[in-house]
Amino acid sequence: MPILDELRRRFGDAIVETDDHRADLTAIVARDALLDVLAHCKDDSALAFDVLMDLTAVDYQKFPGREDGPRFEVVYHLYSIARNHRLRLKVRVDEDDARVPSASALWPIANWLEREVWDMFGVRFEGHPDLRRLLLYEEFVGHPLRKDYPITRRQPLIGPAT
Amino acid sequence: MGVGGFFTSKLDEAIGWARKYSIFQYPFVTACCGMEYMATACSHYDIDRFGAGLPRFSPRQADVLFVVGTISQKMAPVLKRIYDQMTEPKWVVAFGVCTCTGGFYDNYATVMGIDTIIPVDVYIPGCPPRPESVIDGLMKLQDKITAQVQRY
Repeated sequence: MPILDELRRRFGDAIVETDDHRADLTAIVARDALLDVLAHCKDDSALAFDVLMDLTAVDYQKFPGREDGPRFEVVYHLYSIARNHRLRLKVRVDEDDARVPSASALWPIANWLEREVWDMFGVRFEGHPDLRRLLLYEEFVGHPLRKDYPITRRQPLIGPAT
Repeated sequence: MGVGGFFTSKLDEAIGWARKYSIFQYPFVTACCGMEYMATACSHYDIDRFGAGLPRFSPRQADVLFVVGTISQKMAPVLKRIYDQMTEPKWVVAFGVCTCTGGFYDNYATVMGIDTIIPVDVYIPGCPPRPESVIDGLMKLQDKITAQVQRY
């Protein structure tokens, strides 16, 4: 597909892997080049990805065949209203070094989506203006969508709201 | 028990009888059980027969706190505060299994039964409970109110 070819040509080794499953495009990007790739996808007139449809993460701990690889994948779903095409970008991060540059300067919606990913998975977004928990409360211990979060763990009750 | 005991026990009965027919409930509705609460509270089942026809949407004017629906950990301090705002005498009804035990939720976000936060007088199980079981619970609450001994 031209989009993936264009990305590979422009960014070279920073595009770790690409996949074209029935025109459903995915590119795995190295973390250091992520912001450049995202900015290019947004600003290039042929790509023109003006919508960040979703930003989420996947925990691959104990995933069959991926036990040794990086634990988390942060996933960006991009859509272009003008061109009517889509692209999925993924960036792999390790548990010890779960940091990703923030995309909140490119798409304002990334602000809350990144806060949700921090809340649920504990992936930090560097350069985020206000990285607080979004859905849970400050007293919550841990990140519940991580695979090693015990399903029966009970959080302490929080006191009356002041 | 002398003459005084006779009068206070009769007074208890009179107060209990009056109170059980003036249940001003505060519906703390957070989830799907609310639909069943509305069905019960509307004219078809006519809970005005039990003096519970007028919900008050301020805890300060209510006697009975109906906790209707799942309570999340984040909602728990709000519920506690609502309970504290109610004036004595007050009763609490746990409406539906989520408020009784947490129901089928077994996760990081849900309180495992509101009795971990506030005292509960009547549990109405069901997912959601049918209006008949709500009315049954209401009548059990009435019995409890009648039997309550006052402190003078």
